[in-house]
Amino acid sequence: MSHADDTQGTRRDFLYYATAGAGAVVTGAAVWPLVNQMNPSADVQALASIRVDVSPVDPGTQITVLWQGKPVFIRHRTGAEIAEAQSEDADTESMPDPLARNENLAIADAPATDANRTLPSPEGEGEGAWIVQMGVCTHLGCVPLGDSGDFGGWFCPCHGSHYDKSGRIRKGPAPRNLPIPVASFVDGSTIQLG
Amino acid sequence: MGGIPHDHYEPKSDMEKALHKRLPIVGLMYDTLMIPTPKNLNWMWIWGIVLTFTLVLQIVTGIVLVMHYTPHVDLAFSSVEHIMRNVNGGAMIRYFHMNGASLFFLAVYMHMFRSLYYGSYKAPREVTWIIGMLMYLLMMGTAFMGYVLPWGQMSFHGTAVITGLFGAIPFIGDSIQTWLLGASAVGQPALNRFFSLHYLLPFVLLGLTVLHIWAFHTTGNNNPTGVEVRRTSKEDAEKDTLPFWPYFVIKDLFALGIILVLFMAVVGFMPNYLGHPDNYIPANALVTPSHIVPEWYFLPFYAILRAFDGEVWLVMLVEWLSFGIIDAKFFGVLAMFGAIAVMALAPWLDTSRVRSGRYRPQFKWWFWLLVIDFIVLMWVGAMPAEGIYPYIALIASTYWFAYFLVILPLLGVIEKPDTPPATIEEDFNAHYPAKTSGDAVQTPAE
Amino acid sequence: MFRKLTLTAAMALGLVASQSMAAGDAEVIDYDFSFEGMFGSFDQMQLQRGLQVYTEICSACHGLEYLAFRNLSDEGGPALPEDQMRAYAEFYEVFDPALFDGEGDFRTATPADHFPSSGVANAPDLTLMAKARAGFHGPYGTGLAQLFKGMGGAEYIASILSGYADEPQCALDMEIPMDGFYNTAFPNGGYPEECKYEDGSHKYPGSWIAMSQPLWGDDIEFADGHSAELEDIAMDVSAFLMWTAEPKMMARKQAGLTGVIFLTLLTVLLYLTNKRLWAPHKGKDH
Repeated sequence: MSHADDTQGTRRDFLYYATAGAGAVVTGAAVWPLVNQMNPSADVQALASIRVDVSPVDPGTQITVLWQGKPVFIRHRTGAEIAEAQSEDADTESMPDPLARNENLAIADAPATDANRTLPSPEGEGEGAWIVQMGVCTHLGCVPLGDSGDFGGWFCPCHGSHYDKSGRIRKGPAPRNLPIPVASFVDGSTIQLG
Repeated sequence: MGGIPHDHYEPKSDMEKALHKRLPIVGLMYDTLMIPTPKNLNWMWIWGIVLTFTLVLQIVTGIVLVMHYTPHVDLAFSSVEHIMRNVNGGAMIRYFHMNGASLFFLAVYMHMFRSLYYGSYKAPREVTWIIGMLMYLLMMGTAFMGYVLPWGQMSFHGTAVITGLFGAIPFIGDSIQTWLLGASAVGQPALNRFFSLHYLLPFVLLGLTVLHIWAFHTTGNNNPTGVEVRRTSKEDAEKDTLPFWPYFVIKDLFALGIILVLFMAVVGFMPNYLGHPDNYIPANALVTPSHIVPEWYFLPFYAILRAFDGEVWLVMLVEWLSFGIIDAKFFGVLAMFGAIAVMALAPWLDTSRVRSGRYRPQFKWWFWLLVIDFIVLMWVGAMPAEGIYPYIALIASTYWFAYFLVILPLLGVIEKPDTPPATIEEDFNAHYPAKTSGDAVQTPAE
Repeated sequence: MFRKLTLTAAMALGLVASQSMAAGDAEVIDYDFSFEGMFGSFDQMQLQRGLQVYTEICSACHGLEYLAFRNLSDEGGPALPEDQMRAYAEFYEVFDPALFDGEGDFRTATPADHFPSSGVANAPDLTLMAKARAGFHGPYGTGLAQLFKGMGGAEYIASILSGYADEPQCALDMEIPMDGFYNTAFPNGGYPEECKYEDGSHKYPGSWIAMSQPLWGDDIEFADGHSAELEDIAMDVSAFLMWTAEPKMMARKQAGLTGVIFLTLLTVLLYLTNKRLWAPHKGKDH
């Protein structure tokens, strides 16, 4: 480095590297927006979260809403339904899918107990009254029917999968319980999906 | 490639040799990139790179815009607003595309006037020039069809006016206009086909770019002296030239950098300055904008189109001689396309034996008058066709034709040109005389 | 600052003819808006006031069909808190074609919905109005006034809103009165022959506009007690409409500035590289 020749060579190389580096940075900055524009746009993102008014849903009934192109089942369960679903919690280990499949839970491998699959109730309502799940059969994507099947929950007519009152798969070809999307009550009668 | 003797690609490893035998693509790239280039090229020789860059910019941003755009009369306008409001970075991408068209035309006009001044169109580079003129026509068609896509008021009524030009052709005009539009008026068929062609033509342009480069790599670049590179030996040629990489690539990139700084400032701070406000109003067939003006880059030829109205004696004469077949409207259309045609014929109209305008004392004056004429036409094309403006347009249009049809042929005969330098090396060294040691710019030690 | 400098320079060069550049034969006033210039940005409080003016007055006839309610919470815009924005959207009903078994029905608007379009046939949609109107043409058709003063759509709207004036005597003397209302800033409306000089030029600026005077001053009460004089609310709603027309203006300017800085840096480096590259070939001894 002490030689004059080396210094000059280094300085020249530095200039070339700096120019190439700056060129790479500018090119990268120009390319990123071209990639990012394919991500969901603001109007699509705005629909990633919707609010559903559930005040007309009486106990023992359910509604199906369309969210991000897929059906979502929102069921208001009666006390008897809750009791029946909870009574089968002991058998979760032996069910076809022992996991809760609930995106609202912090733990990924929580057991499929009824409490792990229901929505925390709004004030003034007993726990387990509301269950929200994707209305897409985990077998091949049909939409199951409500209030039917051998376990009184949902039944998929395509290939005969039976889900219980907690949406757990009990019989048939479906491999997993009905998945539970991110959902919560924003007030006493409004559920926010996503 | 080319008649200039230079080093060629030599495959070294077995891999390289094997590939070269089967597909000499590395050799082709090497020859293209290392092409001997006259070392006295000045700063007007940068516009080719700017144009290539802009073509790529337009294609890339265009492909992105198509991902979000809908070519339907009910949805086109709102899909553009969707791009401007919802798509990530969409507003910037669209503004780049919008203003990219202006950059494209600015560069192409600089490029063309460079050729006109330094005689780049003259033998043996006529093919390069003709391909260039074809590209210019394609650019105009592409730009026009792109302007239709946002489906604003100017898009709609501009389309009606421009396709109406074809309606001026005698006998078959109406059929041609209907064929172009796919209907008797501008509507869904026109929007859909213009969208298709607006996507297609840039790729044709890309192909012509390759031919354009191939052509001038075959003849060698022109240069400010108009003197050819010596081809007697590789040593002689090397005295006149330097390889394209890295010397001209870096030089051109530097110039491109300056232009992009200005371009970025326009896009960032005044992106709508060159556009027309009326195009932010959705197309409405029932209301015509009070003042239909094409984009700035069409204005010179639009001025020529309007200049020849029924009041001009030449138009009246032609109409009378042709039994009314060539009326004022058709004459205007012929004049507009003729203005580009005479430019394309420049290689055969210019009789001067000296190529570069630098050594043509009288030519210089006429050339700069042509540049001013072009700017006047651009300005007058934007003004309403009333008062003094039609007269200005008529005089300016007349000069445009006179330059190519009268001045260029005559000047070569009557002008006494200066003597160009014998070699490019001589010109280059005259610009950069030998420095005594200890001067500011040092040659690197090795 | 930059704009002021260029403006001063341009005035010195005589490029900008006069302060109130005539748009056609109309008087558009060059108001000072916070979003002008290289570093100018929208004034959040002004946009909120403008939204209030739009909601209470303009929305009776004019729509904003390209604007979504969620945009009201966008950063850089009015930036309403989300619950306020939701509550605002719930004032509106939108037609949802998916309801009622595909026949469609009205329902309460959600943040994802757009503002309604214009309810009155000849009332244009206002979303893009500030970009669809240029306040400053000229001089002499060059459009350079736009370059130094901005496109001037917001100035145009503010000038129209505060440009209503008493009809000149020449119009009052007419047997059949003019349709519409006299406005000094409106260029494209009807204009009576009685008010023209012999050469056809207009004696008075502006023309007759179909819209009756919408703002009078003090027709709005702002929660923060801000002035509601005519010019103030006209400017507030104009600024709001500039935002609806160009909601990404701040992001655009920021990207522009970043781009200019980085490209300048790259260009300087390329200049030095180019100089060094060519040095051995220039001015060498022969």
